[in-house]
Parts: sequence; C-alpha cells; structure tokens
Amino acid sequence: MKPFDYRRVANLQPVDQPGDRLIAGGTNLLDLMKLEVEAPRRLLDISRAGHDQITAHEGGLRIGALVTNADCAADPRIRADYPVLAKAILAGASPQLRNKATTGGNLCQRTRCQYFMATDTRCNKRQPGSGCDALQGVNRNHAVLGTSEACIATYPGDMAVALTALDAGVEVLGQDGTRVIPVAEFHQLPGDDPARDNVLRDDEVITAVTLPEPAAGRQSYRKIRDRSSYAFALVSVAAVIELREGRFARVALAFGGLAHKPWRDPQTEAVLTGRSPSPTLFDQAADALLAKAKGRGGNDFKIALARRALAAVLTEATEE
Amino acid sequence: MATQSATLDVNGEAREFQGDPRKTLLDFLRHDLKLTGTKKGCDHGQCGACTVIVNGRRINSCLSLAIMHDGDQIITIEGIGTPGDLAAIQSAFVTHDGFQCGYCTPGQICSATAMLKELAAGWPSAVTETVTDTPAPSDKELRERMSGNLCRCGAYSNIIAAIREVIQSEEGT
Repeated sequence: MKPFDYRRVANLQPVDQPGDRLIAGGTNLLDLMKLEVEAPRRLLDISRAGHDQITAHEGGLRIGALVTNADCAADPRIRADYPVLAKAILAGASPQLRNKATTGGNLCQRTRCQYFMATDTRCNKRQPGSGCDALQGVNRNHAVLGTSEACIATYPGDMAVALTALDAGVEVLGQDGTRVIPVAEFHQLPGDDPARDNVLRDDEVITAVTLPEPAAGRQSYRKIRDRSSYAFALVSVAAVIELREGRFARVALAFGGLAHKPWRDPQTEAVLTGRSPSPTLFDQAADALLAKAKGRGGNDFKIALARRALAAVLTEATEE
Repeated sequence: MATQSATLDVNGEAREFQGDPRKTLLDFLRHDLKLTGTKKGCDHGQCGACTVIVNGRRINSCLSLAIMHDGDQIITIEGIGTPGDLAAIQSAFVTHDGFQCGYCTPGQICSATAMLKELAAGWPSAVTETVTDTPAPSDKELRERMSGNLCRCGAYSNIIAAIREVIQSEEGT
C-alpha cells in the first residue's frame, strides 16, 4: 500500500483537493489500495459523519449514504415494502463485508475485472490509453451489453441492480447544492472513457438513496453465480412485476453481470406490458433484451444464461 | 505522513494505536498487541480468518484501518474465552471436531458468535424464503450465514454441528 495521510471529518463533504479519497466502510477501497490499483494521497474518513439513518421521505424512504448494507437489509420497512432490495443486498458479499459496506460506497464499488485489479496488465479503466487485456483474455465474467472496444468490464454490485428496478434516486451534494440523479443514470457505459464508472463529479458526494412509494406487485431477485453464496453475479435479475387480469400491468426489470452498469431496457419491458404471460412472450422479451448482445468468447454463455434467467424470473412472477 | 494515534477497547482493555495509518486492524492486533489468535489468510476480505467483532458486529479486520477504530470496542478470539474457561461455542467446536488444522477456527468462532446475535435479532439471509419472516435456524440458514468463513480442510459439516449444539442448548435454557 502506498503511504497516505489520514483525517477524520465530522461532516459528509466532497473531497477538496486532488488525490483525496473518501473512506467509509473501506471494503473495496482498501482492497484496491493493497493492490495499488488505488493510491490516494489522503484519506478523509467519513465513517462517523452521520447520514446513517433510514427515514420516511415523500411516501417512500430515504436511506442515508452511511447506512450499512447489513442494516439496510435488516430494516423492517425495506423488507416489507422493498423486498427486492433486501434480497439483492443479502445476495452480495459476506455478512462481515455487509456489516462494513455502506449504501453510498456500494454504489461506487469498482469492477472486479481481473485485469483492472492487476497492475501488470493493460487496462483502460485503471490506466487510460493503455489498452484492454480482457478483450482477448480470460473474459467469462465480462459484459455482453453496452461494451466498447476500450472496456468490457461489468459493474459488480447487486444492490444497485435492485435500486434500478425500483426507480431509486441518488442524492448527491456538490458545491452548487443537492441534486438527485435517477439511479439508472448514475452509472455510465464505458465508451471511450472507461476510467469513469459513474456521473458523480469530483466535487460531489453521495448523501442518500431515495426510494419512491412502494410499487404494487411481486418483487424478486435472482442471482446466478459460480457457487451458491459469496460470489459475484454471472447474471442477476431484479424484477418488480404487477399483473392485472392476467396481463402484465407494470414491469420493471434490471440486470446485473451483463454490462458496465445495472441494465434496464425499456423495449424489453414494452414487449411484456399489456400482454399475457407465455413462454413465447418471454422469448420475445429476451430477443429484445439481447438483440445487441455481443460475446467475446469466454462470456458467450451469458447471452443464453440471461435468456433463461429472464424466463425463470417471469415464470416465477406470474405463477398463481 | 504523520504518525497518528487512536485508543481502542480490545477485549475490555484500553489499547493505544500509534503509527502509520496504513496499518490494518488485523496487523495492529497481531503485531502490536501480540494477539495472534486472529489469523491472516487472504488479507483481502475473501476468507474470513481475520474476523473479529467490532461494536457487536463481525467484520474482516484485514479490510479496516486501525486508525479508524478510535473508541471502538473490539472482541477477538482471546476475548471470547480462555483455555480454562471456554465459551460454549468453543467447547462445541471441540466436541464436534469443528476443525482440522485450526487456522480458520478463531475467525469461525468470532463469526459464529456474532451470527447467533444476528439470527436472534431476526435478520434475514439470502436463503430466507420470505424476507419479512423471522428466519428459523435451519442448516441451510446456518451455512449461508457462515459463508464468509472459508475452511480449506472442509470441516464445514462439523462447524454447523457445533453451532447447532449451541443454538439447541440456548433454546433449552
């Protein structure tokens, strides 16, 4: 680990000089600092800066940025009204990590691409312009949607996939005050600037996640991975589905493991909305979802896996 | 880079941390305090050998800086029980052979100790059928809840048996 200065700060505030990084749970940042993928000159410790409560907010909830993943998933309001969020959080990491990891930090967690995490390889995210060793390398964990020739990394998290299906907001504080970014617009595609994971500006800090009024219908989170616990998703699906008179009245689907961000596709949802559930319809929805999917060899299987995961989730959600 | 200090409550005793802020809680416990019961496995939060209990919650001490724990209450395996006065969970690990080489055991025991409190508080897990339900301590639940602690000897079934014995003896009292 490279040397750094450390300072605890009393209030949640953006960094004020280049080379500063905020630290809360530290479960991702310290890991990357040990690998020297991250080398901040100074750590500002926000772990005791408040913002650790879940409160009622405009008919929904406001989850403070420093609420731990463990506390969020155990909260009775989250479990009752937003079960997809509790399930997604519980599907991620280990209990020890969830006790430290925070809501804001989890949104900002970085890819688990093994080339990003190894400083002796080429990675445009870690070192812009150096190239991408994943394109021709071992890429079974990599993205099949929204990739670029510069980067095929995935966003690794579970929580944000559920938040995307729930139409959550990310509340951020900057020099000009507070703004709320729809979570679907928070993470970005790699394009030609994969060094940036999200639209958070250098002078901004996440203060909370906001959840709208609870949606009607069934919520589910299905995660497919190499072992049944404590592993990142190959494919995951967060679903909020309401049926009325045997037809899909409202469908919100978000996918993890497929792209550089939690993937939500309005066309897939449009295929389903207003129609009666059937295997043929589920196949049509998968056609829409995966029309532009592109495998790179090792991850070709994810395209078939996503199709089957979608069918399984829709079947389960529409069973009597 | 300035030397910085913090005071931590470790197993009921006030202990001073002073030094490089890069030092993890794990290295502080092992190197500075010579509390070598807590083990370093992967050093990246993947194996759970370094699990300790901080303010009642189990965490990976390898992924936390000592300097960040000023004022925190830390319980390590040395604070769970002693050779002459084993905690129930420690006796149960002995009874059920919950280990072979023993390297992961302090982490397993710290983790299990905090896990039982999470279960008592009604926290759901990834295998809880309905997250609003109060989970029952089935083997499936226990396995999922202990998934952050790897055992390369594969003593898992005996670890679950040990934890089950503690749950049953507590239910009996």
